[in-house]
Amino acid sequence: MIAHAIFFYTFSIIAVVSAIMVTASKNTVHSVFFLILDFISISCLFIMIGAEFLGMIMLIVYVGAVAVLFLFVVMMLNVAQQKNQWFAGQQSSRHIPVGLIISTLIFFEIIIVIGGWKYKPEIFDINNSLSQTSISNTHSLGQILYTDYIHVFQISGMILLVAMVGAIVLTFRQRSGLKRQSYIKQISRERAEGVEVLEVQSNKGVKIDD
Amino acid sequence: MEYLSIVFQEAYKILFLLVPVLVSVAMIVWLDRRVWAFVQKRQGPNVVGPFGLLQSLADALKYIFKEIIIPSSSNKVIFILAPIVTMTLALIAWAVIPFSATQVLADINVGILYLFAVSSLGVYGIIMGGWASNSKYPFLGAIRSAAQMVSYEVSIGVIIINVLLCVGSLNLNDIVIAQQNMWFVIPLFPMFVIFFISALAETNRPPFDLPEAEAELVAGYQTEYSGMMYAMFWLGEYANILLMCAMGAILFLGGWMSPIDVYPFTLVPGAIWLILKILLLFILFALVKAIVPRYRYDQLMRLGWKVFLPLSLIWVVLTASYLFYFNLLPVNQ
Repeated sequence: MIAHAIFFYTFSIIAVVSAIMVTASKNTVHSVFFLILDFISISCLFIMIGAEFLGMIMLIVYVGAVAVLFLFVVMMLNVAQQKNQWFAGQQSSRHIPVGLIISTLIFFEIIIVIGGWKYKPEIFDINNSLSQTSISNTHSLGQILYTDYIHVFQISGMILLVAMVGAIVLTFRQRSGLKRQSYIKQISRERAEGVEVLEVQSNKGVKIDD
Repeated sequence: MEYLSIVFQEAYKILFLLVPVLVSVAMIVWLDRRVWAFVQKRQGPNVVGPFGLLQSLADALKYIFKEIIIPSSSNKVIFILAPIVTMTLALIAWAVIPFSATQVLADINVGILYLFAVSSLGVYGIIMGGWASNSKYPFLGAIRSAAQMVSYEVSIGVIIINVLLCVGSLNLNDIVIAQQNMWFVIPLFPMFVIFFISALAETNRPPFDLPEAEAELVAGYQTEYSGMMYAMFWLGEYANILLMCAMGAILFLGGWMSPIDVYPFTLVPGAIWLILKILLLFILFALVKAIVPRYRYDQLMRLGWKVFLPLSLIWVVLTASYLFYFNLLPVNQ
């Protein structure tokens, strides 16, 4: 049990400290790296409470894909320059009210969540009784997700699809004058349309373009 | 005290797993160069030791004695962290690889997800190295590799779903045992081909070695690295290749199972069969490096998103419908 406690406090301290560092560090790329560290320690916490499927999915989806794209975008933008412009110029005052509204909302949400939270020692008993049954975490999740909660599952899938289509529509633009490679056209080219054999007479030559 | 003895026991097991992996990484580099040379009618490394077997050790010795240069404008912490991340991620994945029904360091429920997660984290070593170098070529290499690895991970994930549909478990040992009657390479042969090609792209091997395309980007993300740090990148890369070969062997070639279930073959320990299968896949990797020219970047992206992803998705639907229609879906408990 003591090893459990040591691991729990190590991972939770790392999670909290890196979450603070995400907002505190000056370099945006460092922030993303701290965010990744946060995700990893949270997934370790998931694994510790026996939710190994959630922990692994967290690693694969958030760390393996989402954070990579995040990092990709942050590295491409010249964020440092933009930030200086914001803080130096008059533009910053326009963004402050929006930020304030969002942060107060999140603050009250956190208060509501913490207010409703109780420490229950019985949770350990439930955990132990769960681990004694032979059904693995993944099986039980699948059995619930695809039977009782199938509609919720489908709706969340639809929301993701809509978001994806929206993102594609927003960024899609047809550029003119672009040369595209058509594999079918290349492969289906015949000798007759590509090569022409000509009799070349001396001192007269051949007219190539017509 | 009891707790300490458990820790020592585990450390002992880890040591016995990692030392052979590291030695075989060194040997596999030699094998790669030899195969490459033979295809091109050259000799390859044949001077140091018998058949040049000790060439990699000689190279490693050379790297150790070289100076580690850290560029003054680089981001030093991340610059040093990058090869360490690559190496660590390549090695921790070996914890779940089963060498026989009992010889496995951590027989976890979600083994295949763990393997997939670790291999998808492998991109961070490259991005960190490329960004921290603060130089053009490494950065371009890192950006290329980020896009490439994320794209091909998707199709590998879908291929894993195909195998999982036939197995009904995420445990690697269950996946191996499910192939007792027939290796998955036979019913899922198109998926095996796509997995193999995606594995080439995932490990930045030729013909998809665009992150380090030497003709355009000097050495890609490794340009600013020298000495042991470069060697660590290099070892991590080959350990990752071995890992992808092991993953292919477990998913499609029956893992530690002997190819024919008759008397003299079943005597051979499972670890030997697994190593033979990994070697077979690795020799294929090396042959591909020798005979296929490098892809252009837009061709690479097209292959990943427009060919492999739809094909593997269609195959998921096919596999699921086939299993459902003939009532072959694996039902546990």
